[in-house]
Parts: sequence; C-alpha cells; structure tokens
Amino acid sequence: MLKTFPKGGVHPPENKLSEGAPIDILPLPEQVVIPINQHLGAPAEPVVEKGESIKAGQIIARSKGFVSANIHSSVSGKVLKIDKMPDSSGYKQTCIVIKVEGDEWLETIDRSGELKKDISLAGEDIIKKCAEAGIVGMGGATFPSHVKLSIPPGKKCDVLIINGVECEPYLTSDHRLMIEKPEELLTGISLLMKALGVEKAMIGIENNKKDAINKLRELVPGYKGISVHALRVKYPQGAEKQLIKALINREVPSGGLPVDVGTIVHNVGTAFAVYEAIQKNKPLVERVVTVSGKDMGKPLNLLTRIGTSINNLIEYTGGLVDSTAKVINGGPMMGKALSLIDVPVTKGTSGIILLREEESRRKKTGPCIRCSKCVSVCPMGLEPYLLMTVIEKELFERAEKERIMDCMECGSCSFICPANRPLLDYIRLGKASVGKIIRERKQK
Amino acid sequence: MSSVVLITIISLSLLGIIAALILYFVAQKFKVYEDPRIDKVEEALPGANCGGCGFAGCRNFAEAIVKSETFEGLNCPVGGAETMARVAKILGREAPEVEPRVAVVRCNGTPENRKRTSYYDGATNCTIVHNLYGGETGCPYGCLGLGECVEACDFDAMYMDNKTGLPVVIDDKCVACGACVKACPRNIIELRKKAKKDRKIYVSCVNQDKGGPARKACKVACIGCGKCEKVCDYDAITIENNLAFIDSDKCKLCRKCVSECPTGAILELNFPPRKTAEKKEPEKAEA
Repeated sequence: MLKTFPKGGVHPPENKLSEGAPIDILPLPEQVVIPINQHLGAPAEPVVEKGESIKAGQIIARSKGFVSANIHSSVSGKVLKIDKMPDSSGYKQTCIVIKVEGDEWLETIDRSGELKKDISLAGEDIIKKCAEAGIVGMGGATFPSHVKLSIPPGKKCDVLIINGVECEPYLTSDHRLMIEKPEELLTGISLLMKALGVEKAMIGIENNKKDAINKLRELVPGYKGISVHALRVKYPQGAEKQLIKALINREVPSGGLPVDVGTIVHNVGTAFAVYEAIQKNKPLVERVVTVSGKDMGKPLNLLTRIGTSINNLIEYTGGLVDSTAKVINGGPMMGKALSLIDVPVTKGTSGIILLREEESRRKKTGPCIRCSKCVSVCPMGLEPYLLMTVIEKELFERAEKERIMDCMECGSCSFICPANRPLLDYIRLGKASVGKIIRERKQK
Repeated sequence: MSSVVLITIISLSLLGIIAALILYFVAQKFKVYEDPRIDKVEEALPGANCGGCGFAGCRNFAEAIVKSETFEGLNCPVGGAETMARVAKILGREAPEVEPRVAVVRCNGTPENRKRTSYYDGATNCTIVHNLYGGETGCPYGCLGLGECVEACDFDAMYMDNKTGLPVVIDDKCVACGACVKACPRNIIELRKKAKKDRKIYVSCVNQDKGGPARKACKVACIGCGKCEKVCDYDAITIENNLAFIDSDKCKLCRKCVSECPTGAILELNFPPRKTAEKKEPEKAEA
C-alpha cells in the first residue's frame, strides 16, 4: 500500500496530456514585460532606467526587505519603459518592459549543459546566493526560498522534503524536469541539504509518474541521504502540509509552519533553480511552463523566459482553438482564469490550460442539503458548508473560530459539491476579511 | 378554613411589603442618573438604526448628541434638517445647517460604452469578483454590476437597471446613510450635496488609467485631460491620478465643464434642456 495523507482529498481526472512531450525551448519574444512583484512579500524596487541597455541575467529590480526577491532580466536589450501594465489578475502593477535585442548574457553565467556536481560553497553562502538569484518557490506560491532556508533560531530541521507530486491535473512541467534533468535536480537537492544542514532528504512523487520515480531511484545511490518515495495518487497531495503528513507522518499545527515539526518542503522546480543559481551562476530568469488542453494540436512543456506574453506560448503551440472557453493560469484546480491573455509569464506560472466549454462552465447552483461531502473531502478537516454560511452572514468571528485561516484554497469542496455551490469563493472572501481583522488586532 | 385564607393573605402581603421596601432602598442606593433628554432625543430620531450617523444605533447617537456641547460631526442623515431641528429644540440649542446629501454612482459603463472582455459565472458577490480579477470588462476600476450596494440599502433606494447593468439611486428615497458607499469594494459610490430639483453634475467615472488605456476600456471614461479643470470658474474641479473630481460643495452647477468634456464622462442630470440654459449664459456660446 502506497503512502498518502489520511484526511480528505479528491480524484479529479488526471489529463496529463503533455507528459510525453520533451521540454521545448520557446523562441525569444520581441519584448518581455517583467512585473516587479512576482513573489509573496514586498515588491522589488527597479534599479534600471528607461533607455538603459541590459544583458540577460542582469539584476533589474532589487528586493526590499527580507521577505522579497530580486528580479533579473530574462533577455538582453533595451528598457522601453517602466509603467503600470496588467498582470494575470487584470489589475495593473508596475512592470519593466524590455525590447529584445540579440541574446547576450552576463559573462559570469555558465550556459553550457555540462553537469557540475561538486559542491564548494558553505551552507550560509548557498542561502545568500539563492537570495541574490531571486529564487522563489516554483510550485506556484512563489514564497522567497532564502526565507524558507533560513531556519529561525530555536527551531530545528532534520529532514528536507522535495515536492515532486504535481497533483494538479494537466500540469507536467515538474514531471518533465525530473525525467530530463535528474542529475541537476539531485545536485540541487544536495545543495539545499547543505544549506539547511540536514542529512536526509525525501523526494515524494505520485505513482502516476513511474518513469520519473524509476529514473530518480536509479540515480539516488550516487547521492548521500536522498531517497525517492512513490505516493498514492490523490489531490491535493502537493500541498505542503499534506505531503509532510504522507511522507513522515507529522502534523503541522494550525497556524504553524513545517519547520515547527522539523522539516522544510521545496519543489523540484526550486531545487533545479537552486542548482542553476549556485553551480552555473544563473539567476531565475526562465522556467518550464506546461501549455495543455484537450483540443490543442500539441500540448507542450516549454522552457520560457520570464516576462514572455502568455499569448506567445499559446501561439507557439498552435494558437487558440475555437472551442476554448477558458484559459487558466496554473492548474485547473487552484489556477486562476485569465481575463486577458496578453499578460506575462511570471516565476510562479506553472501552466497555461485551455479548457473547453463543458469543462469550464459552472453549473447552476442549488441549495445546500447538508450532505457533508465537502466535509469528508476537506484535507484540512474543516467544514466548508458551514464556513460559506457564516461568511454569507458576515459572522467573521465565528469563521475565525471555525479555523477559516487553515484553509489552503485547494478547491476540493467546490469540486465535489453536488449542488455546485461556490464554497471556495466565499471562503476566500472570508479569509480576506478575517485576515484583515487579525492584522488590525495585532497592530493594536 | 377562613383563618387559613386570612393567614395566607396577611403573610403574603407582609412578604410583599418587605420585598418592596428592600427593592426601594436598593433602587435608591444604586440609582444611575440618566439624562432624561436622551429618551426624548431618541424619540425624535427616525429609529431606523441604519448606522448612517456612524453610531451603532439611534440610542447611541442620542447619547452622543446630548453629551456633546456642539453638533459638530453629529448628524442624522436619514432624518435630515427637520429631525435635527427637533433634536436641537429638545436640547435648547440652535440647529446646525446641514446640507442634505445623496448617493451617486460614479460609473457609466453600460454595455454600449464598455465592451465585455470576459465572462464570469462564479459567486454573485462584488467583493469576491473584485478580489479575484479585474472584472468582466477591460476597466479594472468600474462597476462590477452584481448589486452588493443594492443589497446593502435599507431604504429600497437603489435598484439594478437590467439594461445598463448598473445600480440606480432613487433620489427621493435615498437618505445618504452611506451603507452602499461602504458596501462597494471599488469605492464607486459617493455622497454628494443635494441640489435644487435633484440637479447633479458629476464625473461619472473612477478610472485612474492614462487616457489611452482608459478610453480603450470604456468610451465614456475620464481621461484626465484637464479641460474641465481649466474651464471651471469656481475651483471646484481637481485632477488626481488621471481622474477629474468635482467637489459638490464648491460646484455652482454652471454646466460649463459638461460641454467641455471630450469623452462625455461628466454627466448633468435633471436639468432643463440645453437651449434655455445657453440663453441665460451668453458666455457658453463663445466656448
């Protein structure tokens, strides 16, 4: 019996259409739009000016504060403007627009495909370099990695967990990375282990990616302390707390962090980015993006420069098909629908999914009959139907008592509800309101 | 038999008298003095408990107004001048002059003016959509059209116009309590000074984008060109973040700015037709 997390979970259709497609390199776009806020925390501050010529890999916005991340140019060319441009939410934020001229990289960056396995840096320097390279969590949450790697005093970490679960339907970017760059990935994991000072690392991979599991199992004997674990397929196993429970059977307390139970979780994409930053001196300027959909000619995994327009990716894979009703940024469970497709790919863009009408349209909402299906699938053990009701009635204190802030917005409740109730919509609204109340209380 | 009845009556009466005495002395001892005027003021108030004055209910407002020396910052928007005059009479003070206000929806993004760029079929709640994305149209500032303000109105003074998809304020019913202003996640609704015959001139737009993008999203967007600011004789118009704002306290409703606006973002409502207005204002013809 394979391991998994015990509470809740759902089984959405997997639809991993692009899992056989090798990572393809997207041709350079004509211009890139790089938002200064691609991570959780404070936005970075632009350090380039209009008209300046820059090289790929050059820093263009510096982090402000500890929980923030540097942003580097993904291309070489001229800064056209620094202006407010719409991002994937449709709202405007400050972006640096660069016109692409050639493909010149900073000399310090090693762009050869040569594998570098020797680790020369000390743990602290690795963390410093991660911060310098602007690495953030590549799974989608985009939390600055150096913050996660700096263990607060008094806390201890004994095992590093690497998240290769990729439980979202359609997405295959992590899967392809594990198959195509396994040695780089394992070196990246060794670097993370050194930075954290742990002896043990566990890679969790869902059992629908047998080729990746076999490939990594073949190679791990060459690396000290790393083991590969197959997990039963269940959504949302890729969530931090669920993965910890599945792999090492520890439960992160409510409101706590993984480090409270002695572990840190990083995504495989992040481990690969760490490898490139430390061994190759290359900052985070490109990532693998899955572009997929049932009616698409060829679903692909594309190595994309940050700031490329999502429109470019869709065009490259054959353009928008007529039957497309919804374009999603991220996976179909947790991703957000796009209202504009001419918006940039950011550090957290893991996939672009084109959904058909029948897949995307929400069905008519009915009344709640207290069937409690949402309660049984909630991986956090919450009562979504109750949370929705109290939020509709604006009983925010009650919602806080019912632990609304523990919700990680996986969407299992909305997915399973037979009455198609917009449970997660209201829970999100409640989380925003309760979060505000909590912040105000703290300020007092 | 009769003695039993007698004893019962006497003993119960005695018990009653003793209890009454105890209660009387306790009440004397722990008496809390309350200004009798509070009750009177409360009676004079509308009793809607709408919260428009900023207090939780009419009672709290009455307490505050009796306690305060002046009427500064205290006003019952629902009752208006009449109620405030009555309250002033009770307290033996002079009634302050309060200008009645009315809610105004500052968005004119009808389907003709503002093209739909996406289709939303999630929960029908403005705040949810606002937190999620820019909205169904290209304007990330304008009305989302899901009617949270209408739901918030306690006085049936608002309704959704099905044709335009925008909320409409019924001027006669609006008491300017401000519930809709608070409900709107995009701060589109504003309380403006009520003029004679409900005449209104206001910038019906809250888009803070520069001219190009604003115009692209909506035909009647304010592009912040500043023409209205220049033409205004009363310094009532200010431009901030590419958006014009007409201060209703300074505006004399001369209507100069309306014809100056290149996009038609400034609306004039409940005025007589233009022709007569131009006769009265010969300057207009030159412009």
